[in-house]
Amino acid sequence: MTEIRVKIDNVTYTAPEGVTILEIARANGVEVPTLCYHPKLSIVGACRMCVVEVAGSRGLMTACSTVAVDGMEVNTRTDAVVKSRRNVLELLLSDHPMECLTCEAAGKCSLQKYAYEYSVTGATYQAEPRDHDLDSSNPFYLRDMRMCITCGQCVRVCDEIVGASALGFSERGDRTFVGPAFGHNITDTTCVSCGSCVDFCPTTALTSTHGRNRLRTANIRKVTTTCGYCGVGCQINLLVDRNEILGVEPVEGPANDGFLCVKGKYGFNFVNHPDRLKTPLVRRNGQLVEASWDEALELVARKFSSIIDQHGRQSIMSLSSARCTNEENYLMQKLFRAVIGNNNIDHCARL
Amino acid sequence: MDNAFATQHKEELGRLRELIGQYRGRHGALIPVLQKAQDLFGYLPIEVQGIISEGLRIPLPEVYGVVTFYSQFTMVKKGKHQVAVCLGTACYIRGAKDILGEIQSRLGIEVGQTTDDGLFTIDGTRCIGACGLAPVITIDKEVYGRLEVRHIKGILEKYRED
Amino acid sequence: MTTVQDLARIKDLQLSQRRGKRVLVGLATCGVAAGAEAIRTELLAAGEKFGLSDFAFDRTGCIGLCAYEPMMEVHRQGEAPYFYVNLTPERVREIVEEDFSGGRKLDQYILGGEPLKSQLRIALRNCGVIDPDSLEDYIAQDGYLALGTVLSTMKRPDIVDVIKRSGLRGRGGGGFPTGLKWEFTAKAPGDHKYVICNADEGDPGAFMDRSILEGDPHAVIEAMAIAAYAVGASEGYIYVRAEYPLAVDRLNRAIAQAEEMGLLGEGIMGSEFSFHLHLKLGSGAFVCGEETALIASIEGQRGMPRPRPPFPASKGLWGKPTLINNVETFANVPTIIRNGADWFAAIGTDKSKGTKVFALGGNINKTGLVEVPMGTRLREVVYDIGGGLPGGKAFKAAQTGGPSGGCIPAAHIDTPIDYDSLLAIGSMMGSGGLIVIDEHACMVDVARFFLEFTVDESCGKCPPCRVGTRRMLQVLERITAGQGTEEDIVKLKDLAEGMKLGSLCGLGQSAPNPVMSTLRYFEDEYYAHVREKRCPAGVCTAITKYWIDPEKCRGCTLCVKVCPVSAITGKVKEIHEIERDACISCGACQEKCPFDAISRR
Ligand SMILES: Cc1cc2nc3c(=O)[nH]c(=O)nc-3n(C[C@H](O)[C@H](O)[C@H](O)COP(=O)(O)O)c2cc1C
Ligand code: SF4
Ligand code: SF4
Ligand code: FES
Repeated sequence: MTEIRVKIDNVTYTAPEGVTILEIARANGVEVPTLCYHPKLSIVGACRMCVVEVAGSRGLMTACSTVAVDGMEVNTRTDAVVKSRRNVLELLLSDHPMECLTCEAAGKCSLQKYAYEYSVTGATYQAEPRDHDLDSSNPFYLRDMRMCITCGQCVRVCDEIVGASALGFSERGDRTFVGPAFGHNITDTTCVSCGSCVDFCPTTALTSTHGRNRLRTANIRKVTTTCGYCGVGCQINLLVDRNEILGVEPVEGPANDGFLCVKGKYGFNFVNHPDRLKTPLVRRNGQLVEASWDEALELVARKFSSIIDQHGRQSIMSLSSARCTNEENYLMQKLFRAVIGNNNIDHCARL
Repeated sequence: MDNAFATQHKEELGRLRELIGQYRGRHGALIPVLQKAQDLFGYLPIEVQGIISEGLRIPLPEVYGVVTFYSQFTMVKKGKHQVAVCLGTACYIRGAKDILGEIQSRLGIEVGQTTDDGLFTIDGTRCIGACGLAPVITIDKEVYGRLEVRHIKGILEKYRED
Repeated sequence: MTTVQDLARIKDLQLSQRRGKRVLVGLATCGVAAGAEAIRTELLAAGEKFGLSDFAFDRTGCIGLCAYEPMMEVHRQGEAPYFYVNLTPERVREIVEEDFSGGRKLDQYILGGEPLKSQLRIALRNCGVIDPDSLEDYIAQDGYLALGTVLSTMKRPDIVDVIKRSGLRGRGGGGFPTGLKWEFTAKAPGDHKYVICNADEGDPGAFMDRSILEGDPHAVIEAMAIAAYAVGASEGYIYVRAEYPLAVDRLNRAIAQAEEMGLLGEGIMGSEFSFHLHLKLGSGAFVCGEETALIASIEGQRGMPRPRPPFPASKGLWGKPTLINNVETFANVPTIIRNGADWFAAIGTDKSKGTKVFALGGNINKTGLVEVPMGTRLREVVYDIGGGLPGGKAFKAAQTGGPSGGCIPAAHIDTPIDYDSLLAIGSMMGSGGLIVIDEHACMVDVARFFLEFTVDESCGKCPPCRVGTRRMLQVLERITAGQGTEEDIVKLKDLAEGMKLGSLCGLGQSAPNPVMSTLRYFEDEYYAHVREKRCPAGVCTAITKYWIDPEKCRGCTLCVKVCPVSAITGKVKEIHEIERDACISCGACQEKCPFDAISRR
């Protein structure tokens, strides 16, 4: 592969041919703000935050979409660049409801972060917030489109990665809005509630319902673990407050590439649920009562043996689960073939 | 789909399905199909967009996104006659505002609305390129140029009669 | 299959069949709107009645004299052609009887002077001359000869070279050197390439592309085939706005004719070269005139522009190298090929070669299309060609370049019109709309009008344009409503700069131009609005009040009686006065005053 040399803010970096200015900058710790860019999504160049000056070019260039060429000289913080970024922020904030005090996304909101960095208050052009009703139809997340900056990340992630294509851009000009067709509620669409859009949204337009008003506190601990729902092995962070799980965020893992399905993302309520089984139960006198693992397993083994004695080896079958790992499923069939002595083994992952 | 719609538009729906069949799998099919569907139905209601989305295998939000992006697509049924007032620069400079005002007050509706009798819809259009005759309006496919406010009454009357 | 020799034969035949006496009726949209169809019907009927079998009554496109429509051009062998203008069916009957049958010209209906004075028609060469529906008519004007020549005698790089040396620049607004664009596309690697003709003509006030498509569709088709051959494309699209139904009709017919004659399709004119041409209709979005948005639209998507690079020349339609040129740009090409690069480069100025078509509109006597050499002075266009302003009113400004352009004030009326001179004074060529504004227009209101347009037409993709145009319009609305402050003017300038710097495409980048240029030349009008809450032109109704001239008032009290809000005081025979704060600017008093004593200010 050919190497190119690119000068960014007077420092020369080498990079492989074909990468963008933004990729070189980020790889080398040069800060370039972005709102619509995501390394996993197609590049649209919409938000205009990543503009930089490229020597010899007319006008500013978007770092996210411009492929670097050998000998390029880039400046990421000239007066024009800063002026342009500030204007974008000023405009985005001009009709943005100023609810940062109680906003669920405060602290991780990109808009807030850049407003702080560029000292933009959004007070220059006073305008009414846009008129959008809160969509709370989905039990897992809320859509507050007054807060949307139309970066389109949710649209692209839903289309390009999830494949549900539940969202789109509608209308044009400043009437443009992002969401389901016909302004319908999200539950009236092909949405699979995986929450990927929520994870990608740089603002508070899309936020999870669970854990509201608690997730922003300093108590939150992130516990990295593997999702227990199936054998894929998706990596997740549990967002935990004093031993209570308030949310889940996907973690970049070899199996999940930073994405989750609805179960991994939102199916954590059972952990703290009062009905959750924490020990085996055995039936005594018609009542299910708690028992130890040894007791329970001993009971199962005894019953299996007596069934085999009475009805033969073929009288038992096993149904294993898609939520188990490959190793667990392997052991299950091993148990049946080698110990019980039949091939009556099946699996629930068949719809 | 709404059953009433299906029975009311049996023939058009058949033609729409044919149309989709012709375009399926072709590059860039969505816009021509929407244009022809609008010719068929006069507008693009949710039912029609749904059929097109399924037929061309294009997600519904994309279909709706295209429909709402382009100003020639409409989701509301239009009146029998489309009165389009050119609001291009030349017409504006030559008094299109007054012409529009006159039409609105004569018909008692605003731009984008349809009269109660279903006879007229008023649209404001982009420059139709007849600037030499500014100000101009078009009613259906007929172009009226060099208009003055006093002409409007007579022109509208003509369409009331037939 | 048609060969170069066939073209010559068709031309001879067509010319030999042409009758010595011809009457051409202009049937482009403007003519039709003015009633030209009825005129032609009448003409045919009257011709029959008087047995004028030696006359041919032909149809043609638009000669550009829109102010005189409907009209007809009379040709008699050995005589200078002349125009009968502003026709009515009665006049037609009279003309047929007196002139065509009786041989007595009716001077009172003939357009005097030199109707096409100072013009040089290259792009419009056939408009108003040939029947747009007749391929033979086009061939009789040496049509398709340029295509025949390049296919039979020229190498691809040589064609690109001719266009480069001619100095032709894009007529769609940007003014990019056409030859360079052809070269980039020709050199871009790719097995499949496209040629697109941009016929979206969105600038309100510009209609030269429509006129060319309606009057000379084959010129564009021929040029596209030449371009396709030069850059190595085999497929092309003409993207026409849906507001031009007549142009679409004529293009469809012309494409079918060319296909039938083997001038389009497989193995054109017996060569190895194939070119298939399709028509795509726009659906009403100004931004689709922007090349990447246009491409998105052909692809069936929302017309949202994409960042460049990559430019269409390397990655365009469906990711393939794509050449995209404007209608007028293409219309120049066949003539350049036939007459040579040097011929074209000798016309115009140093950096702007050839001619430019302008659509004269607004407050000007002879509205219509004119084609003049680049570098012609604005004064010449407005006064010598355009006949000045109606009622002898004073020229205040000309607006060029539509919503992306700016205004040229009276002080700059001697500016030569070319790409660079216009940019230097804060306007731009745009696609050639030229709207004349007289002293009765408020420049703040004009700026507001254009912003209203861009707010409506912004695609909504990027914040500087999506939100910026709306905020800018809000500030202008405040100012025209008399609620603006001096700080608002600072905000306008600041916002304009931010939008120029940050917007993705030309729409947002140039949206502030109308504001910037009116601020530059008419700042005093802005200050009158914000400081004195006064609209000097009396256009902004919210701050325009009526005023009684004490010199003229006779104290008749008529105005007092009609004022709906009793804002007028004064006794019989005494001078009356309007109370400024009470006046609601309805204008009832002015209409009533028999002495013309009431005016707006
Ligand atoms: C907002 C916008 C609107 C445009 N509209 C048109 C148009 O209507 N017709 C056109 O030919 N070019 C238009 N252009 C210019 C095109 O992007 C492109 O430069 C042109 O078609 C190239 O052809 P040319 O080099 O022959 O001029 C527009 C550009 C912008 C930014
Ligand atoms: S909802 Fe969020 S991710 Fe989607 S467009 Fe709006 S701001 Fe971007
Ligand atoms: S400048 Fe305006 S029209 Fe162009 S991409 Fe941005 S929002 Fe769309
Ligand atoms: S990150 Fe480049 S434009 Fe949004």
